[in-house]
Amino acid sequence: MTDAPVSTPPQSDQLPACPRLARLFRLQFESAQNAWVLLYPEGMVQLNPSAAEILRRCDGQRPIDAIVEELQGLFQVEGIGPQVEALLQEGVRRGWIV
Amino acid sequence: MPSPQPGPPLWLLAELTYQCPLHCVFCYNPRDYSRYQRELTTREWVDVLTQARALGAAQLGFSGGEPLLRDDLEELVAEAHRLGYYTNLLTSGIGLTESRARALKDAGLDHVQLSFQDSTRELNDFLSHTRTFELKQRAAALIKAHDWPMVMNCVLHKHNLPHVDKIIEMALALGAEYLELANTQYYGWALQNRAQLLPTRAELEAAEAVVQRYREQIGQRCRLLYVVPDYFEDRPKACMNGWGKVFLSIAPDGTAMPCHNAGELPGLQLPNVREQALASIWRDSQAFNAFRGYGWMKEPCSSCDEKEKDFGGCRCQAYLLAGDASAADPVCAKSPQHEQVLRIVRQGQSPQPPALQPLVFRSNPPSRRSR
Repeated sequence: MTDAPVSTPPQSDQLPACPRLARLFRLQFESAQNAWVLLYPEGMVQLNPSAAEILRRCDGQRPIDAIVEELQGLFQVEGIGPQVEALLQEGVRRGWIV
Repeated sequence: MPSPQPGPPLWLLAELTYQCPLHCVFCYNPRDYSRYQRELTTREWVDVLTQARALGAAQLGFSGGEPLLRDDLEELVAEAHRLGYYTNLLTSGIGLTESRARALKDAGLDHVQLSFQDSTRELNDFLSHTRTFELKQRAAALIKAHDWPMVMNCVLHKHNLPHVDKIIEMALALGAEYLELANTQYYGWALQNRAQLLPTRAELEAAEAVVQRYREQIGQRCRLLYVVPDYFEDRPKACMNGWGKVFLSIAPDGTAMPCHNAGELPGLQLPNVREQALASIWRDSQAFNAFRGYGWMKEPCSSCDEKEKDFGGCRCQAYLLAGDASAADPVCAKSPQHEQVLRIVRQGQSPQPPALQPLVFRSNPPSRRSR
């Protein structure tokens, strides 16, 4: 905790402990595009494979560490923490992630 | 010359009916909408939804006219939801009762876009030629009560641009997640009323400054989408993101269109879902290939290094202002007809009120006259 006044809005680059998809967004696989997409009112974003793997795990239950660990195990890689956090930052900035 | 295989029609606009309780002076429906008499049945719409989904459509807009006038809307939403669409209802809110809202929620409707004409009862009711302001407020409350994301849409023009601050305040008070401030595009009824709707550059700049100020104040609470008035630009909009590229619109009678104003263009043989499978309409029909890709372009578009950005602009505007649907959109400063747009804008700056020409409200008698 900090001693900042209560009225200070949360920093937009602050990541939630257990990220989840904002209510406005729906994630689904589209076979015609062979990609996961984010759907929202009158819009759609096609996700690259790594973004999709990360966002699929943002269920409001898993802490970020657990998401990183799961992906490292699944894809047999190390040190992807910064990459996951960068994507989540971008998601927060765009309002996908809360 | 056949174009390369198109990608999927990602966006399906289902114009369920052209009937509407409102008579908006800027309606984009065709002037001769009363010609579209024989509406698709429920079963025919379900067939269209199924075919389009198989082609890869993911976003689905139920529009009109007023889509709530179709009493099978709930059934169509349920089917669309089952097929995996993200379903958007684009409505004036007229006809949205508590029981219909509940049924639409149960059917899986994802989002509602509610249109307003102004932040004041007087102008809302005048521009739509109805007493609907309070009804819309109630519709907004119902949308929030059923926990839908709400996009409010307000078409902007000379008469309501000075109220843009109040329009934003109203959207905030009603809890909208997005506010679409859409400057009038001059097609259909809006073109007929252009002299009365076109703002001055000063009016636009004042409104844009207000929008920017609110953006800085409200952050992510409500996103303000500002659709620029293309007559005042020097590059055209990327209309439909390219002809026959992602957008597929179906008129109430099953006419398939690459853009919802395509009926205004001469020389297009618009196919109908009653006579042709959607896959073949999308891939092979004359209408969907007419301006697909870049092969149809003339100069200055064909050698332009921005053609992949704006696709030459809007075909309807090229036809309406330059008299040639294959010409560059005259909004573009590179168009030989750009002077036309400048002249129209200049006429709109004159201090003389344009009151000599009456506003034409969208309604059946003038629609029948335009057939």
